[in-house]
Amino acid sequence: MTHDTVIRTDDLEVTYTGKREVTALNGVSVDFSENKLTAIIGPSGCGKSTLLKSLNRLHEIQPNAEITGEVYLEDDPVYETDEPLPEIRRRVGYVPQKPTPLPVSIYNNVAYGPKIHGDYSREELDDIVETQLRKVNLWSEVEDRLDSPGAELSTGQIQRLCLARSLAAEPDVLLCDEVTSALDPISAEQVEETLADLKEEYTIVMVTHSMEQAKRLADDVIFLYLGDVIETNDARTFFENPQNERTQEFVEGHAAVEYDDGDDTAPDSTADAPPAE
Amino acid sequence: MDTTTDSGSNAQADRPERLDRRLLIERLSSYWLIGAGLFAVALFALIVLTLVQQSIPIVSEHSLLEMLTSSNWDPASEEFGYLPAIVGTIYVTVLSMAMGTPIAILAAIYIAEYAEGRMKVIVSSFIDVLAAIPSVIFGLVGLIVVVPFVGDYLAPALGTHSIGLGIVTVSLVMAIIVTPFMISLTVESLEALPDELREASLGVGATKWETIRSVLLRAAGPGIFSAILLGFGRVFGATIVPAMLIGGQTAIPESPFDAGETLPSLIVNDFGELMSIPLTQSALIFVGLLLLVIVWLFNFGAMLVRRRLQRRWQY
Amino acid sequence: MDRYAEQRLFGFLARASAALIVAVLLLVVGVTIFRGGRVFLTDPAVAITPPGSRYMLDGGGGFLHAVLGSLFIVVPATVVATTLSLSTAVFLQSDYSSERTSDVINMFLNVLWGTPPIVYGVFVLTVIIAVGAQTSLIFGIVAIAIFQYPIMTRYADEALQSAPDAVKEASYGLGATRFETARVTIRAALPGIIAGVIMGFARGIGDAATVLFTAGRSTQMPGGPFEPATTLPILIFEQAASFNAEVRSHAYAASFVLIVAVLALIIASKLLAGRYARFAPGGRQ
Ligand SMILES: Nc1ncnc2c1ncn2[C@@H]1O[C@H](COP(=O)(O)OP(=O)(O)OP(=O)(O)O)[C@@H](O)[C@H]1O
Ligand SMILES: [Mg+2]
Repeated sequence: MTHDTVIRTDDLEVTYTGKREVTALNGVSVDFSENKLTAIIGPSGCGKSTLLKSLNRLHEIQPNAEITGEVYLEDDPVYETDEPLPEIRRRVGYVPQKPTPLPVSIYNNVAYGPKIHGDYSREELDDIVETQLRKVNLWSEVEDRLDSPGAELSTGQIQRLCLARSLAAEPDVLLCDEVTSALDPISAEQVEETLADLKEEYTIVMVTHSMEQAKRLADDVIFLYLGDVIETNDARTFFENPQNERTQEFVEGHAAVEYDDGDDTAPDSTADAPPAE
Repeated sequence: MDTTTDSGSNAQADRPERLDRRLLIERLSSYWLIGAGLFAVALFALIVLTLVQQSIPIVSEHSLLEMLTSSNWDPASEEFGYLPAIVGTIYVTVLSMAMGTPIAILAAIYIAEYAEGRMKVIVSSFIDVLAAIPSVIFGLVGLIVVVPFVGDYLAPALGTHSIGLGIVTVSLVMAIIVTPFMISLTVESLEALPDELREASLGVGATKWETIRSVLLRAAGPGIFSAILLGFGRVFGATIVPAMLIGGQTAIPESPFDAGETLPSLIVNDFGELMSIPLTQSALIFVGLLLLVIVWLFNFGAMLVRRRLQRRWQY
Repeated sequence: MDRYAEQRLFGFLARASAALIVAVLLLVVGVTIFRGGRVFLTDPAVAITPPGSRYMLDGGGGFLHAVLGSLFIVVPATVVATTLSLSTAVFLQSDYSSERTSDVINMFLNVLWGTPPIVYGVFVLTVIIAVGAQTSLIFGIVAIAIFQYPIMTRYADEALQSAPDAVKEASYGLGATRFETARVTIRAALPGIIAGVIMGFARGIGDAATVLFTAGRSTQMPGGPFEPATTLPILIFEQAASFNAEVRSHAYAASFVLIVAVLALIIASKLLAGRYARFAPGGRQ
């Protein structure tokens, strides 16, 4: 696992200070492998978003977040570093949970990153915009209205636009925070397909609430519980043969609920097993 | 039910009566409240009608176009040229807004995006206090500080001459008065933006300033723009500070360092003495009407801008 | 320019602008307190001494007439404006008016809110002339009340809106009428409403343009509601540039009294609003 690790955390501890002090991460050390999709799962409030954002220091826009430990991006430290912060964030892109278009046109949403980072001619930019929009399967839907505001698209389209916007900055790692949770099932499926395509090329870290989605997409899974990493494993082992009791409970609990919805997938063996004592 | 019968048929008999009284109060109070709701509309209508009615004499005796373009203001001989006051008003409005707006927006950016914790609380309370200081006190401080500053330092340093009172002096003081007002509205619009917008921009590697410049200011644009328009309205209708500091000169100013007159200061300076001449009275009331209409346009524009742009970018 | 240099430059400019504004405030308050305080504190009696017979010429006596004039005008005006604005604000809530109606009324309130005070002054003066009366204390009250009305309505409306819905629901759930419910809501929003009343009072006591032509600019003690009166802001306005040093010094002393009063009122209002924000769920900080 070490040789192709792109980004890893070392004893990361994040505390939100204030009237009610919350330790969101309790010394977390995890690895994320190259061109794999790693899913972070866990109950609400366990620190998933915090872990995700600490990978490119986005949690720092909260004035009350305090952090110790280190993150290494291809062995370069992310915190103790001379590299400018925006450059780190370019290399580790972030897609927010809520589909959020920038208040500019569709075209400029995608061109936003390239315009900041390089001196591209208009033709080169046109090229980049088209390539990225194609990558997220949005090109055919928007090619004739690139100049209308991003906010006029449907939420599913906006979310794919956000993916394209992040990709256009040429990141090595892509952080996705529950990017399908605000979408209707059909749009969610489209975004999921896009992510499945993208993981060939990018290292993706994805927070999700849906066990099914993690099963479908993830190569590796990290299970967080109250700020601690309970288990981290490849997806197959994780779901079929969880090493930790708590993981087992969590996976089963969710599986039971989801299969009740009449999902076409039959419950697998672990779901039938009695809960651990 | 059974338990209440003990307490007497008295209470039972009381009830319908009591209900009647409650409903009566309800009805009477709703008349009063509807009246109070309509009061806002009635007051506005009354003000407009009164001012219009009192402006009729002057408008029927002199051509409106002529009055707006004539620079001869001499009520004693029935000459009512508003141009000097109009030019003065425009000078003051443009100069104060040119000085005040960038500072207001930058300070709002500081409060909304840079300041944290205690510092943020302190700076924003200072600005609230600044907004509440009576303008007559700004006028007084202007007389003590800004007048000598302009007369003895600024004008000579720029190679001109000034008696200290004049358009520049008024503009400096008005710029100070109008900033806190624009700052609070701008801070409000910036703080209303979702954090996701900041994350989205920073997440592709933009610097904080790039995020502010090309994302946040744009997204908050409608709010900021309407703050600026409301600021224009404020300066335009300001009375006390121009009346104290502009020097009262009804001739078209040749330079911003000259003394002059604004529309509101014209009212203040000429009303008391010239009330005896009926036409002058009408001419000054007409100025009031002019002010009302123009400020109303600014406010209306602000509202429109906010609604339209907001819909376009959906923030 | 390199993007990091630009970032630093504008970060600096933002800080500098905020610092400039804080500095200007300190200057304004400082000058007022220093220049005015010097006069006032050496002879605090000026504020409670009636003016002499040739007051505008030699500054004999003190400016008790303006202190009392301010109080006699602004206190009744605030009472009137509070009654009216609170009623309007209650009417604007959903119990009494449809969204459309309150939108329309709000539009007019916004226009009134942005109307320059001088227009109110001219309006009231026009009325005075029309009814053939003379400028006097009572018309000062009317003018200030009109000026305060939109300001205080806005505060009251905000306070009522941020009162928890649960209060209303509970009240209606007990079978209360709209009016009875409104009274409960007002009680729940009381700190915010009082903060608004204090702000309205502070604005009213500081405004000169509305009362300049309506209250009568008297240099004698207020005689009654139909006699001319003056206020502190008018006194400062008229005497600040006087040729007589004594007359001018009274303007300084009056500005000291005025700024201390206004600052005290703002602080009181802030404290109340702050307490209020802590107790009202969803209330703005
Ligand atoms: N700015 C903040 N200030 C204080 N506490 C915070 C802040 N942000 C998050 N927290 C707390 O930190 C903990 C972890 O938050 P985080 O958002 O990382 O959880 P999460 O796993 O992403 O939850 P969810 O599944 O609901 O998105 C939570 O208890 C949350 O309440
Ligand atoms: Mg989260």
